[in-house]
Amino acid sequence: MATGLTLKELSKKEELLTHGHRMCAGCGAPIAVKMVLLATDYPVIAANATGCLEVSTCISEYTAWKIPWIHTAFENAAATISGVETMFRSLKKQGKIDGNVKFMAFGGDGGTYDIGLQSLSGAMERGHDMLYVCYDNGAYMNTGIQRSSATPMGADTTTCPAGSIIPGKPQKRKNLTKIMAAHNIPFSAQASPSHWTDLMKKVKKAHEIKGPKFLNIIAPCNRGWRSKTNDAIMLSRLAVNTCYWPLYEIEDGVTKITYTPKEKKPLVDFMKPQGRFKHLFAPENAELMKILQEQVDSDWEKLKRESECG
Amino acid sequence: MAKVVAVTGNEACANALRQVNPDVCGVYPITPQTDMMQKYASYVSNGKVDTEIILVESEHSSMSACIGAAAAGGRVVTATSSQGLALMWEMLHIASGDRLPIIMPVVNRALSAPLNIHGDHSDAMGARDTGWVQLWSENAQDAYDNTIQAFRIGEHMDIRLPVMVCLDGFIISHSIERMEYLEDEEVKGFVGEYKNFLPLLDLDKPKSYGPLILPDLFHEYKKAQHEVMLKVKDVVLKVAADFEKLSGRKYGLFESYRLDDADIALVILNSAAGTTTDIVDGFRARGIKAGLLKPRLFRPFPYDEVAEALGKVKAVCVMDRSDSFGGYGPVFMEISSALYPLQERPVLINRIYGLGGRDYLPEHGEAVLNELDEIAKGGKVEKYKEYIGVRE
Repeated sequence: MATGLTLKELSKKEELLTHGHRMCAGCGAPIAVKMVLLATDYPVIAANATGCLEVSTCISEYTAWKIPWIHTAFENAAATISGVETMFRSLKKQGKIDGNVKFMAFGGDGGTYDIGLQSLSGAMERGHDMLYVCYDNGAYMNTGIQRSSATPMGADTTTCPAGSIIPGKPQKRKNLTKIMAAHNIPFSAQASPSHWTDLMKKVKKAHEIKGPKFLNIIAPCNRGWRSKTNDAIMLSRLAVNTCYWPLYEIEDGVTKITYTPKEKKPLVDFMKPQGRFKHLFAPENAELMKILQEQVDSDWEKLKRESECG
Repeated sequence: MAKVVAVTGNEACANALRQVNPDVCGVYPITPQTDMMQKYASYVSNGKVDTEIILVESEHSSMSACIGAAAAGGRVVTATSSQGLALMWEMLHIASGDRLPIIMPVVNRALSAPLNIHGDHSDAMGARDTGWVQLWSENAQDAYDNTIQAFRIGEHMDIRLPVMVCLDGFIISHSIERMEYLEDEEVKGFVGEYKNFLPLLDLDKPKSYGPLILPDLFHEYKKAQHEVMLKVKDVVLKVAADFEKLSGRKYGLFESYRLDDADIALVILNSAAGTTTDIVDGFRARGIKAGLLKPRLFRPFPYDEVAEALGKVKAVCVMDRSDSFGGYGPVFMEISSALYPLQERPVLINRIYGLGGRDYLPEHGEAVLNELDEIAKGGKVEKYKEYIGVRE
């Protein structure tokens, strides 16, 4: 029975990632995972890349997962779940098993944008029936805030520290949502826990599409972003409303913006509450701040054009 | 009824896998394994098996997918060589740590650099500490028979460990030999139905695979893994006994050749052992009591049995087709460990041969046996470790 997207209905549903896990207070990742699982109306099996989510949810004899769950290594959640999915197909073909099972993988941006990109690309190209969910907190947070290819330009991390010569990360982020769409998969999308109905609709839609799907969810990390513990939802909302993290989907090659901010806020609104951008507010980095705003504007305009072109 | 065929080692392994008909197979090309999996892919394309193959984008993903598939619940195979095995290294530990009985022929090839596609044992020896059971094969028949037996060993409910079946690149993988196939039904009956253990696909009883285990329990977990390995020997022998009933071919933990009354002996793995039996016969004809020990089960290593077999020999040379640079060859280290507890033990020397496909010729083995003969008569050991067959 499909659950409607109302709080009344959702609140009655069993949470498949239970309380008692050891993620930091205020972390965006378990919020995103819970939303994804609440939106899932099928039996589901998930693989998890090594990372915060993995090390904090299954320790020794304890597991927070009420679904079949497998962690093998860092760079291979996509390959691992592709093996689970292939076994299911084989056994189903042989009449040894029946039913409709959804296969999912969860990975952080390090395990997805960087070390896991090959494994993810391979699984997407092979066409496994799976949904890969990246919780993007913009750095290797589990090992202590190291730069990844998802880290925003200018951010201060422990491996691209803002110093007297180099003002944080010098490069632009990789656009993984579009890279995944470029695999010609049926569905690639971006979501944010601040816009939970949008997020859950995307999950529901993905589950109804056969083949490989990719969902990129922004997941604020107060440790790495140097923000307040209770700011995860506010920051993910600002990421959307500044168009730093636009909400859109690319279905069968057609781009659709799923949420347009009523008033596009300046990027500084998103950056100001975060200590990782603090150095950029110094007068000598004013030019860099201008560039960052221009990049967001230009990316947003481009996305709008792509969306209008259908 | 056995069927006599002339096939390559790769074809023989592919056929063994076809007869077992696993549920999932990870496929990725690498010389000299490539045509084993090509052959398997043709079985899939032509409906000869029920297997779903995963045409992965790397060996790392191949082993990752195999682990996922095995944890899901079903019979899983793949095959590799050299760099491919090296790329899998991380995942090999995870397959064994998660106790997943994946079966994998390894067509032995040198490791880069420099790049070399030919046979030596550096790849599988580099994986000897990954927690996999290792069976080594002299020829295509051994490789075929070991592949079939590997399923019974790895899938045994007391064991549940992955198994590597090693065969020499090109020398065995690409040479056509006369050998015997079992009937499909015989193989099917021998390996039996796959028995699941804690499958992920049992949706009613959700399981978590691959937890984080901290210092409070990790040590115990690893000890348990070692203890499971200690049970493998008996299972290997039991499976070999059943296999002998079916095929008439006898397998043990290792093979002793004219070793009972030997004064001197060589220890040598895989294809070179075939050449060495001829050399031993030549020495015996000259009245020199030479013998040979060919390891089969290398992990776990049968220390007591090897000590028993070699203990009375006066001088032994362990021949290694790979090296631990700055140390002794890996087979030497095991034989040395096996013999050390004995009160009286043979003089033991180590010779490195055949790296990167360098031919192992009868004169190489003869020279070593002559040297052993001198040592056995009280001669001095010039060098404990030396490379042989080196160009001047």
